[in-house]
Amino acid sequence: MTTTIPHQPTPEQVPDSGPLLQASGVIMRFGGLTAVRDVDLTVNNGEIVGLIGPNGAGKTTFFNCLTGLYVPTEGTVSFRGSVLPPKPHLVTKAGIARTFQNIRLFANMTVLENVLVGRHTRTREGLLSALIRGPGYHRAEAASRARAMELLEFTGLAAKADHLARNLPYGEQRKLEIARALASEPGLLLLDEPTAGMNPQETRATEELVFAVRDQGIAVLVIEHDMRFIFNLCDRVAVLVQGEKLVEGTSEVVQQDERVIAAYLGEPFEGTPGDGEQTTGEQENDR
Amino acid sequence: MTDLSTNAAAMTATTPGARRTEQYIPLPLNAARLLTLAGVVASIASTFMSWTYTTDFPGDLTVSGYPGGLQIMTLIGAILTGVIALGAFRIKGLAWLNPSRSNNSVLLLALGTLATTWYTVIDIAAKLGGLANLDPGGFVAAVGTLALFAGTLALPIDRHPHDEDDAEYIELGSLAAVSLVVAVYRWLRELRITHGDINVPDPRRLNVWLQRLAIVAVFAAGLKVLTYGLATTYSDIFIGYMIVVSFTFWGLGASGLLRQFQQLTRENRVFSSSVGIVAAVAYPFAQNNEHWANLGVSVLIVGTVALGLNIVVGLTGLLDLGYVAFLGVGAYTAALVSGSQYSIWSGVQFPFWAAALTGAAAALVFGVLIGAPTLRLRGDYLAIVTLGFGEIFRIVVKNLDGVSGPQVTNGPNGIAQIPDLSIFGYNLGDQHDIGSFTLGRFANYYLLMLVITVIVVLVFTRASDSRIGRSWIAIREDETAATAMGINGFRVKLVAFALGASLAGLAGTVSAHVTNSVVPDPYVFSGSVPPNSAFLLAAVVLGGMGTVSGPILGAALLYVIPEKLDFLAKYELFAFGIALVLIMRFRPEGIIANRRRQLEFHEDDATAPDKRTLGDDTVSAGTAGA
Repeated sequence: MTTTIPHQPTPEQVPDSGPLLQASGVIMRFGGLTAVRDVDLTVNNGEIVGLIGPNGAGKTTFFNCLTGLYVPTEGTVSFRGSVLPPKPHLVTKAGIARTFQNIRLFANMTVLENVLVGRHTRTREGLLSALIRGPGYHRAEAASRARAMELLEFTGLAAKADHLARNLPYGEQRKLEIARALASEPGLLLLDEPTAGMNPQETRATEELVFAVRDQGIAVLVIEHDMRFIFNLCDRVAVLVQGEKLVEGTSEVVQQDERVIAAYLGEPFEGTPGDGEQTTGEQENDR
Repeated sequence: MTDLSTNAAAMTATTPGARRTEQYIPLPLNAARLLTLAGVVASIASTFMSWTYTTDFPGDLTVSGYPGGLQIMTLIGAILTGVIALGAFRIKGLAWLNPSRSNNSVLLLALGTLATTWYTVIDIAAKLGGLANLDPGGFVAAVGTLALFAGTLALPIDRHPHDEDDAEYIELGSLAAVSLVVAVYRWLRELRITHGDINVPDPRRLNVWLQRLAIVAVFAAGLKVLTYGLATTYSDIFIGYMIVVSFTFWGLGASGLLRQFQQLTRENRVFSSSVGIVAAVAYPFAQNNEHWANLGVSVLIVGTVALGLNIVVGLTGLLDLGYVAFLGVGAYTAALVSGSQYSIWSGVQFPFWAAALTGAAAALVFGVLIGAPTLRLRGDYLAIVTLGFGEIFRIVVKNLDGVSGPQVTNGPNGIAQIPDLSIFGYNLGDQHDIGSFTLGRFANYYLLMLVITVIVVLVFTRASDSRIGRSWIAIREDETAATAMGINGFRVKLVAFALGASLAGLAGTVSAHVTNSVVPDPYVFSGSVPPNSAFLLAAVVLGGMGTVSGPILGAALLYVIPEKLDFLAKYELFAFGIALVLIMRFRPEGIIANRRRQLEFHEDDATAPDKRTLGDDTVSAGTAGA
């Protein structure tokens, strides 16, 4: 895996002026159910932030609030100082890219085409220029392809550029999702369980990939159940339990926090009855 | 682009695994080959004899000395079988005729010959009342083709069993008749040759002029086959023709020749598309019959509209059940500005280019008007709403008659007496002599429509292979993921909808002039006369979604087959339904598979599932991650 790729600076990139992403007081209700309850989270430039919590804690819902798939019932999310628009495609345009917990590639498109779709926001060619095919169109298309191939090199998928996405093995599908997300030239990358179902070697490779992404100046916010992965990777970790943020801090702080251990291991802590059901054997192993 | 060296690697990596060779009649190899060739010779010889006593049977089969009617089908089937068999037997210098080195192609061709011959014999017996009406020639043909088929059954045959299907046939199996059909189907399906098995030599080794000669020859043969089929005058002959043509395609596919030809055209893309256009232009010259020219122009119109629909349905994945309304908008617009005395603007007569643009623009406006509120819906909801809008168009047009509403369209009477077009002084309504050829009215319109079709094909291919086309496909694949990748779903879908609409409108402007009049009735959801939305959709699905040639082929088949098989007339919709169900079940990718489907070529066969049976085993990548 190559660790350097020329990163094209995003035009809107602002030098350190406050946090990159700031979510404040985000509440997401579905009818009577409050899935995310008053969560604040900041991500600074060049940071890798982890988001952990038992199943059903609201991590993915929170992600969806950040990316415009859901419009938060209350609270604001701002990116680079301006409030994010409530449409997913505008969020991507603003510079937040994401992957999905259940891989959502364009299964019947080739690997290269998947990445090219990721380039959508950074290219302009509309229907007319596609029909006329002037020199400008060919230039833009060639540039897009070149950039997409760079990203495939970066993720180690270049040799499979012509394969259908759905024919890739599982681990490579995960990598392709990251490559596709990177193609939109994001300032912040949201990864939703990037190592789910991976073996230790693949997890290790993903870890390196995430570091390499960070080294290009892209901040990363990652949801994961694999604690070793999270604590190796993250500068800061936030713990979400029952839609609320329990703790936030460095790996050490989170690892030693009794409430976190309780949330995972099942000792009910005061005021929240019924937490015992959250425990699963799998997560015990992860600790 | 596909690199041949990687293909070669993929092929050598193929593990035969499930593939096995079987022999159905135990004979030594040489005896089997001899029997096959003897069957070929006997079949060919039989076609020069008389098959029946009377000329009552369609096509004159009473003549000794030269073949006629259905005998020609047997003759062609037998000759092709013989030629491919010589290739399969690795006769020196002829091995190139069967690049797959498999006898399956011979078996399939022999089966086609057998089927068409036995169909003829049984048809004679049934029509004329008993086997007594057969001349010796008929018996020779029946026995000869049987010997041919038996010979091929004694050859080693490759089979690819599909184990995964067993479970789903158990329930069906309780019915004896059904289980027989299923067994035959499964047996036929297991004869298929996967791409991995075809060791296709690189056609690029050929001299470039030889390559081009081959392309020209194939297109010329294709044109000949097409015009021959269209010119058949009896349902019986057409059925025999369809049997031979389908089995020939199947057999040539199994022989690897089709693959090789595909590669040839890919290498000579510009050349082969120009030859294709020339062949299409040659069609009205190849037969001087206004009826077939009329058929040609109708097929082009429905094919072009189906191709426009393919942008909406095949590429973007929006099920539009009211698409024919846009054809109607184009046709009505062209009629209104045609100078017809029944038009409310009878004084207005646009030149054709202006009328075409107006029609396309009007359809575009309607597309945006209908699309803007409806495209926020997904899936079934969108389908129902478009179905409604399609009907609304027809009913509105019916009521704009000055009684129920303002007078615009003459209501159910429509706009009649649309004058013929005149382009640069060339009146398309008149007969023109070019050299020794006569171009009638429909031939003129055929050529005009061909220009429109070429434009639409260009628009389709260019749009689909571009940033916007990729975003359409992305939306079809997974709309949520597509929007998360920065695609403005609504806008991109609206562009697809509007583009599809305007292409239909463009075709509509020509169709108004071809039929001389426009009335609201053809623009229904489903009816017995094309075009209607169900017909167009069936053409797209049958032909192959997301491909260029698929919808055109589908439209041609759906238009020509009912035309040829007059006994189907009453059951046309029923037959449509059956055809669609069968296609969905057995070949969901349509007759012509998408280019993406062909990328199966790259698979490592050891791990990847077989993509030929797509649809039932399409595992979306998403479930893997769940």
